[in-house]
Amino acid sequence: MGFKNSVIWLYFSSPRNFYPFAGKLIPWFGWLAAVLMIIGLYIGFFVAPPVLSDQKEYYVIIFIHVPAAWMSMFIYIIMSLYAFIALVWNIKMSEMMATALAPTGAMFTFLALWTGALWGRPSWGAYWVWDARLTSELILLFLYIGFMSLQSAIDDPRRAARASGLLAVVGAINVPIIYFSVRWWNTLHQGFSVQPAQTQQLMDPSIKWGMLILALAFWMYTIAVVLYRVRTIILERERQTTWVQELVSSKS
Amino acid sequence: MSAITEFFYFSGYAWYVWGSYGLTAAFMIAEVILVIRGKKSMVNRLARMARLNNSSSE
Repeated sequence: MGFKNSVIWLYFSSPRNFYPFAGKLIPWFGWLAAVLMIIGLYIGFFVAPPVLSDQKEYYVIIFIHVPAAWMSMFIYIIMSLYAFIALVWNIKMSEMMATALAPTGAMFTFLALWTGALWGRPSWGAYWVWDARLTSELILLFLYIGFMSLQSAIDDPRRAARASGLLAVVGAINVPIIYFSVRWWNTLHQGFSVQPAQTQQLMDPSIKWGMLILALAFWMYTIAVVLYRVRTIILERERQTTWVQELVSSKS
Repeated sequence: MSAITEFFYFSGYAWYVWGSYGLTAAFMIAEVILVIRGKKSMVNRLARMARLNNSSSE
């Protein structure tokens, strides 16, 4: 890492500098999310073919199920990376980012399970089966909930961050288990959704595009929401500092 | 059936399709409202605390 990069990194690791920067980014990511969502949904409902091989019209759930499931895993990886950085280098801003990511990650995990259940019923005949993919995704939801409840159970924010950070880092082992579960075990759940060589013949490209655009929309949405939430966390954790005092008194 | 009712009927899979999309939309909209409200109430709380501190120190 060059000198310039280290300076930028140090600059934004200060909550005081990150707060206004995040504020400027939010509308961009918010609008990008909205536009991509409209394009993705349009492709999903009006461009993509009505059926996918043996899957009837209900397969349209794919356009939110797959992006939600991807996000549930992506967010966990990012969250545990921030938690790891916070544990090793003791960077407060990283702790706050991990905290801000958890609720959105938990939401996408729940939505992946929910949309999966509603897809499983017409497709397999059951809302739920104790299949490796489904079970490991359920464990992911419990990891998010454990992370959040551990934080709210410990009063001191630094100690709360250390305890929950450790849980986040150890729990990261579950993410590759979820991802490769369809290959390692004999599961009812179908295999990888996007597989360069094979899917090309099986899946209409519009389906793949719809899925990728909605995944990108969910990414942008997550960035916007998480930056918004982290600003609230910054205000709370830095409430004793002069800059926060000045900021809130100028607003009231 | 008109094109619109047909669209919402979804060949009989309405519950599965709209149940998925409906809850996803509801959660995402609710989350946006919650983070906006959360920040507003935090700013108000901190402003109130600052006012109390100022009046007690005077």
